[in-house]
Amino acid sequence: MTINTKQEGSKMTITLEGRLDTLTAPELEEVIKEQLHGITDLVFDLKDIAYVSSAGLRVLLAAQKVMNRQGNMVIRNANEDVMEIFDVTGFVDILNIES
Amino acid sequence: MRELDIAAIDDNLNTVLDLVSEEMEKMDCPPKIIIKMTVAVEEIFVNISHYAYGEGTGNAKILVETKEDPRGISITFIDSGVPYDPLKKEDPDINLSAEERQIGGLGIYMVKQTVDEIDYRYEDGKNILHVFKSF
Repeated sequence: MTINTKQEGSKMTITLEGRLDTLTAPELEEVIKEQLHGITDLVFDLKDIAYVSSAGLRVLLAAQKVMNRQGNMVIRNANEDVMEIFDVTGFVDILNIES
Repeated sequence: MRELDIAAIDDNLNTVLDLVSEEMEKMDCPPKIIIKMTVAVEEIFVNISHYAYGEGTGNAKILVETKEDPRGISITFIDSGVPYDPLKKEDPDINLSAEERQIGGLGIYMVKQTVDEIDYRYEDGKNILHVFKSF
């Protein structure tokens, strides 16, 4: 998975590419632990993410919890397969997903 | 029937996933179902690699068999770790808020939502988990 972060002031966009799974989720977890200080708007662009497993969901949940305390988080461009995973797991109600 | 007998460690995840998707592609399985099964197989294999052998390590045997009637894929996961029936795990409450959400049990819940059949047995000191997905 490739992680690209772009920060403008207090807004950050994290663009992910590949699979958000057991092997790659720890990399994203590091970014969330280390780079969200002072961020009030966080955007995840998932347009090139093929699928998300429970390890990936766990990290997105952790990011959501951080952003609940300090601002907003939005998920963009999730494909149909990823949306289905969000749906089945109830994450559609936890995450702010833009269609 | 394809068989893989490998160390149950996360580093071997892609080997397992490659085998399963290869077999499904041979059967012209729709890509959508391959993706769903990839997630399901990851959840099962990672459960074994993280929990079956405690602090130690051991092997997992994976049997992959494609079927014609009904058309689908049958996958059996065998490990010699601590007896553990994942089907006994209570489904997570998927209606809770982010703050209340317990993340445990989500993986096996996703598996159950994906496959058509799932059964577990403990036999001769082995955990045997079998799933079937038709397509």
